[in-house]
Amino acid sequence: MITDAEENELILDLLERVRGYHDGTLAFRRSCAHGICGSDAMRINGRNRLACKVLLKDLGTNQITVEPILGLPVIKDLIVDMEPFYEHYRSVLPYFMCPDDPVEDEKERLQSPEERERYDDTTKCILCACCTTSCPVYWSQGKYVGPAAIVNAHRFIFDNRDCGAEDRLQILNDKLGVWGCRTVFNCTEACPRDIKITKAIAEVKRALTTGRLD
Amino acid sequence: MGNQHQFDIVIVGAGGAGLMAGLYASRTAKIAVLSKLHPTRSHTGTAQGGIGAALGNLEEDHPEWHTFDTVKGSDYLGDQDAIEFMCNEAVQAIYELEHMGLPFSRTPEGRIAQRPFGGHTNNITGKPVRRSCYAADRTGHMILQTLYQQCIRNQVTFFDEYEVMDLILVNGIATGVVAVELATGELHTFHAKAVIFATGGHGRIWEITSNAYAYTGDGIAVTLRRGIPAEDMEFFQFHPTGIYKFGILITEGVRGEGGVLINGLGERFMGKYAPHVKDLASRDVISRSMYLEMQAGRGVNGKGYLYLDVRPETVNKYAQIDGRTRPDGSSYKVTPEEILQKLPDIVDFCRTYLGVDPVSQPMPVQPTAHYTMGGIPTNMYGQVVIDEKNTILPGLYAAGEVACVSIHGANRLGTNSLLDLIVFGKHAGLNAAEYVDGAAFQPMPDDAADFVRGQIDHLRNSTGSEKAAAISAEMKRTMFDHVGVFRTEAGMSQALNDIRNLKERYQHIRLDDRGKVFNMDMLNAWELGNLLDLAEVTTASALVRTESRGAHAREDYSKRDDINWLKHTLAWLHDGHVELRYKPVTITRFEPKERVY
Repeated sequence: MITDAEENELILDLLERVRGYHDGTLAFRRSCAHGICGSDAMRINGRNRLACKVLLKDLGTNQITVEPILGLPVIKDLIVDMEPFYEHYRSVLPYFMCPDDPVEDEKERLQSPEERERYDDTTKCILCACCTTSCPVYWSQGKYVGPAAIVNAHRFIFDNRDCGAEDRLQILNDKLGVWGCRTVFNCTEACPRDIKITKAIAEVKRALTTGRLD
Repeated sequence: MGNQHQFDIVIVGAGGAGLMAGLYASRTAKIAVLSKLHPTRSHTGTAQGGIGAALGNLEEDHPEWHTFDTVKGSDYLGDQDAIEFMCNEAVQAIYELEHMGLPFSRTPEGRIAQRPFGGHTNNITGKPVRRSCYAADRTGHMILQTLYQQCIRNQVTFFDEYEVMDLILVNGIATGVVAVELATGELHTFHAKAVIFATGGHGRIWEITSNAYAYTGDGIAVTLRRGIPAEDMEFFQFHPTGIYKFGILITEGVRGEGGVLINGLGERFMGKYAPHVKDLASRDVISRSMYLEMQAGRGVNGKGYLYLDVRPETVNKYAQIDGRTRPDGSSYKVTPEEILQKLPDIVDFCRTYLGVDPVSQPMPVQPTAHYTMGGIPTNMYGQVVIDEKNTILPGLYAAGEVACVSIHGANRLGTNSLLDLIVFGKHAGLNAAEYVDGAAFQPMPDDAADFVRGQIDHLRNSTGSEKAAAISAEMKRTMFDHVGVFRTEAGMSQALNDIRNLKERYQHIRLDDRGKVFNMDMLNAWELGNLLDLAEVTTASALVRTESRGAHAREDYSKRDDINWLKHTLAWLHDGHVELRYKPVTITRFEPKERVY
């Protein structure tokens, strides 16, 4: 119990105080402490959040319950095994590739601001797993690739400089791929970066249906 | 004993420098990258405003101008051969990042977009130049993600959540590292022909900081324990604009886009201190000006903060007064939509932490501990050098914020940290790979892990009554109060005394967690030991430097003293005292002169 918490304190800072002064065995991950590194995803009063992006006053209560994110094996306290999550991420070829990669002494490829804007939203992903571990499909079927992996595929599929869209679309064209999504919207609500995840998933589905990337 | 690994090169740290080194070294050598975090959690990801390179996409610019600006920004303590190398390499480095897929923001013509940043100027007119290449206000995030993605593509070997706690030297040659696997508590020995440290900085010494919890200076602390000095530790950058009380960074890009600093009287005060470039002076100058305003009672509501104002009406008013123009010559005007588009994360931070929308309200800010200019001494090839004669320690390399090349001297310019990571991370990787091609493994001693095992046992079995968290809080307070933006002999002596007392109390801390699996209690206590060592070295180095230069500003010695102090500090940490020696600064083209912005 902390009796002197201030309304502007971060939940992460309260956890630090618990560990520092009350129970040093409490284990959780954290690093940047301002919502960029993605380490401290956890369930806070029943919702997936980053502990460093929630102020006490945001919760509207002084009773705080923290739990590990769901769907991944718990190792200790709030620390889960992230490897199944990263495995799904790696499965969608989440890297820029092009057989015509420019040689070293060439300048930048040109890309218009509009072309750049096309995939801007999904470049914001910090791999925190808030989305994937809020998805009921993922809870029931751990082989479902999950929203975070689709977001990262989207970032490259709609980048007109990249050449791997066809490969990624084939990988996702599966009932455990993009067709696993049941449009529950939990992911979009959970994303601490405000990525419109369900929209991005719909765009990937549409690209598969229409064969077009516009 | 088990848990032994062998690689040609072991890279410690998986931020920008470590990943660049990994990408390049893995082309020819068998390598592993070890990090106490998952790589994408590294602090590189929090860099916001951009990476500097004289592409000249929007106006005339030259690597020579970038070189001069960096030398001047360093208050002439940077080594000019290395600075020139970095600024020349910068242009190609940016194109290379773009070729890897980095999603830079773009100009209407489709080229990489660039914005002004503090201290970067047109060397003829003295006006700010657009040199910072950016991806909105999340440039570091994009760099970290892009490099990690390319490492996956190239099947680089990672050991995630391994804390490296010791460097093994045999016959004066780097021979490997000892690490604890956080998930199991097991010790691992990594036998290598070369080791590259890329572990970042240590801003967690100070109370108000922009730095990650992970920024505990592990690399410098480990090498100090192995008899390697730390260079120029008294030079630590305080960024002018941290969110009041939180310390969270608000990018200099806000001022690049036309934002201004305002005091409690509603005045834009930077013109008094930097008449030519005003709010785009270098960071040391602005942080000091802010302190002077607050000391004179002109903080907002008499408190320890000022306003950073990027509301369109404010930006447009001062842009007109300054005569600022667009690249096409028309007058500079912004709309709320443009602010949102160029600074989306800043808007998000302000809404989350302050409940303030920066398009309609100014942001309360104060200087925040931000960047380690000093570090493990290296030459411009990334090789660690261990004395005033620049003697090389074979097989040992360092790159990025942990290293002191020295590019940044007494004060780093904004956008040069990301550039440093990319250029020197790459070259450390390439040079280490070339070195291991002709080098042999030194024999790994059987007792290599004993020192670390002893450290862990001491912490785990300590029966004292001290709390690490309490010691940490006292260290941060005394360092922020006495070894911050302004310093005095009395204050620093007090701090050094405080730190040594805290180090004594640290011997008697007690852990709650005696287990092995993710024992964060033990990890944090070990990290605190590192921070205390670095706080001591920082303060001892600062105390004897009787001048003001760059980020080291003394009230009792307010002038730069080139006759006595145009030299790098080298500090060795011995039990109970710090030994200081000095080495010359490399000056090639630019003789020191007075620094005016």
